[in-house]
Amino acid sequence: MSQPVLKIRDLSVSYQTEAGPLQALRDVTFAVPAGKIIGIVGESGCGKSTLISTIIRLIAPNARIGKGSILFKGDDLLRMTSAEMRALRGDEISMVFQDPMTSLNPVRPIGRQMADVQHRDALSRREKNARSESMLGRVGIPDPAAQLTRYPHQLSGGMRQRVAIAMALMAEPSLLIADEPTTALDATLEVQIIHRLQELQRDFGCSILFISHHLGVIAELCDEVVVMYAGEVVESGPMRDVFLEPRHPYTRKLLECDPARIAEPTRDLPVIEGSLPNLVQLPDGCIFRERCPKTIERCGLQRPRLAGDGHQASCHLLDTAE
Amino acid sequence: MLAFIIRRGLLSLLILFLAVSLLFGMIHIAPGDPASVMLGPRATPELKAEFARRMGLDQPLVMQLGTFYARLAHGDLGVDPFSERKVSEIVFEQLPFTLILVLTAIGGASLVGIPLGCFSAIRRNSLLDRLTAVMSVAFIAIPSFVVALYLLLWLAVSLRWFPAIGAGETGNYADQARHLVLPAVALGLGWVGYIARLVRSSMLEVMEENHIRTARAFGLPERTIIVHYALRIALLPTVTILGMGIGSMLSGALFAEIVFSRPGIGKLLYEAVLTRNYPIVMGAVLVTTGFFVFSTLVSDVVNAMLDPRLRERPGE
Ligand SMILES: Nc1ncnc2c1ncn2[C@@H]1O[C@H](COP(=O)(O)OP(=O)(O)OP(=O)(O)O)[C@@H](O)[C@H]1O
Ligand code: SF4
Ligand SMILES: [Mg+2]
Repeated sequence: MSQPVLKIRDLSVSYQTEAGPLQALRDVTFAVPAGKIIGIVGESGCGKSTLISTIIRLIAPNARIGKGSILFKGDDLLRMTSAEMRALRGDEISMVFQDPMTSLNPVRPIGRQMADVQHRDALSRREKNARSESMLGRVGIPDPAAQLTRYPHQLSGGMRQRVAIAMALMAEPSLLIADEPTTALDATLEVQIIHRLQELQRDFGCSILFISHHLGVIAELCDEVVVMYAGEVVESGPMRDVFLEPRHPYTRKLLECDPARIAEPTRDLPVIEGSLPNLVQLPDGCIFRERCPKTIERCGLQRPRLAGDGHQASCHLLDTAE
Repeated sequence: MLAFIIRRGLLSLLILFLAVSLLFGMIHIAPGDPASVMLGPRATPELKAEFARRMGLDQPLVMQLGTFYARLAHGDLGVDPFSERKVSEIVFEQLPFTLILVLTAIGGASLVGIPLGCFSAIRRNSLLDRLTAVMSVAFIAIPSFVVALYLLLWLAVSLRWFPAIGAGETGNYADQARHLVLPAVALGLGWVGYIARLVRSSMLEVMEENHIRTARAFGLPERTIIVHYALRIALLPTVTILGMGIGSMLSGALFAEIVFSRPGIGKLLYEAVLTRNYPIVMGAVLVTTGFFVFSTLVSDVVNAMLDPRLRERPGE
């Protein structure tokens, strides 16, 4: 097996707040193998956006990276200078953001923004436009030449998101990170975009880190899944293994609530009773304990560790079973 | 874009019409009978009546306003009862002095204020940022006529760097420019800080927007992000304020013109009001109001050039 494109190890990130440090990510560990699509699921507030903004090092001013490493092709992104980091962005790593309505510049025509993204290429404006045009065609935008002179507000949400994807692919990155790129779209559009991403991934051979609320989308698109809960990875592994044989009680709950499982996916993550623990004052022991139906004594005393190879989960019940 | 300008232009005409009619009424309601003021305390009632008739003051207000617009349609603003010269001639003689003063002041203030605000936002809490904050509060708080007086005393009277009074020799542009410096600084100084604070706060807001993060995520050079992605949006509110600011500068110009004994609309208006010279007052007010309405029109057009979303009709 080749070296993974991205390897995150024991990553911890907190936000400075008035109440004290909010521990948004704790000991996050997973890898993105070359040429694979990895999905990250978890309910709102579990730290998905924090995770990806840490990867490209565009974190909020009050965020502090505590420990850990993010190896991209073997080099630690957290040790890079800001100039080195800037050189990677939009070249080796590119991003599609959560909200297509606000993530494009409102006062620059699409064509200019797409040309801006090619700032590293020594091409004429005309050549850049030709590339933009063909890329817009590939993500399924009709009459691409005409779109170049239009402004984002003149396009629908779906079209904007395609533009964002086209921009991200323009650099032919090794790693494409997409933060809920389809959440703002309706279901048919979502399916179209997912299929388009799959095709493009095959053509360009890049790895994709795909974040979603939507279990069905993850099942459709991804090779591997990472399930996050309250800032921790609670389960990870090949998509089929995790969906067919979930090991962590949280993953089980998610899939239980979704009776048709992957066949007829719900739009949003199923709702589980209870709420996320306070991330400023973390409870002792297992982070999922308050909502877990199967607690044992150890759960309140000791924090479970991610265990297993290939298919991993962090729950005390798994040790006892073995 | 053309359609936008036409739509906006028609609206401007309407605003101008309303504003001028309102002012017309206000001037005539204001106490003080022009005939007595102009003819002096010893004028006979017959003389006064004759004067009032000649100026149309015996007609009802609506009729007077009607006559005013009817004449205006032919470009006729009436005649100055003192000098018997055409009002339009007198007003347009003075207008360039005021225009150049106001435009120099606001242009200079923007040229300094916009980059200053931009840097303060990017280097937030730097020395420059703190300095601008303190200075701008100070300069906004001091009225421009006080600034004018001190500049006059210090730079013109004590140091003799700049001429103290007048607008300079006709035809000698260098001399005119030298005469322009002090009044323009007096008028524009408060605006430097104001513009800087305005640009700073909208810049800080824009830099937090999602599309800026997108631009960063593509590794765009910081300069491109600041100038093309952020500043262009951050300038929108500033341009609107500048358009309106020109209006308030016209009243500031009045002080500057009096303190520096400069010719100009402000000075003309001041003297005309003192003597109840209605035709001149109306002419000067019409021109300044027109200029104000025009400058807000320009600021809207500039904004529409900066932001494509503003070019469209609401609901389009
Ligand atoms: N700048 C910030 N300052 C303080 N707390 C923050 C900040 N940004 C995020 N958080 C908190 O960190 C936690 C993780 O937030 P994050 O945005 O990463 O979640 P998410 O999984 O992306 O959620 P969603 O699915 O809603 O996008 C949340 O509790 C959130 O309130
Ligand atoms: S460790 Fe305990 S509380 Fe946590 S998920 Fe497993 S059983 Fe539930
Ligand atoms: Mg998020």
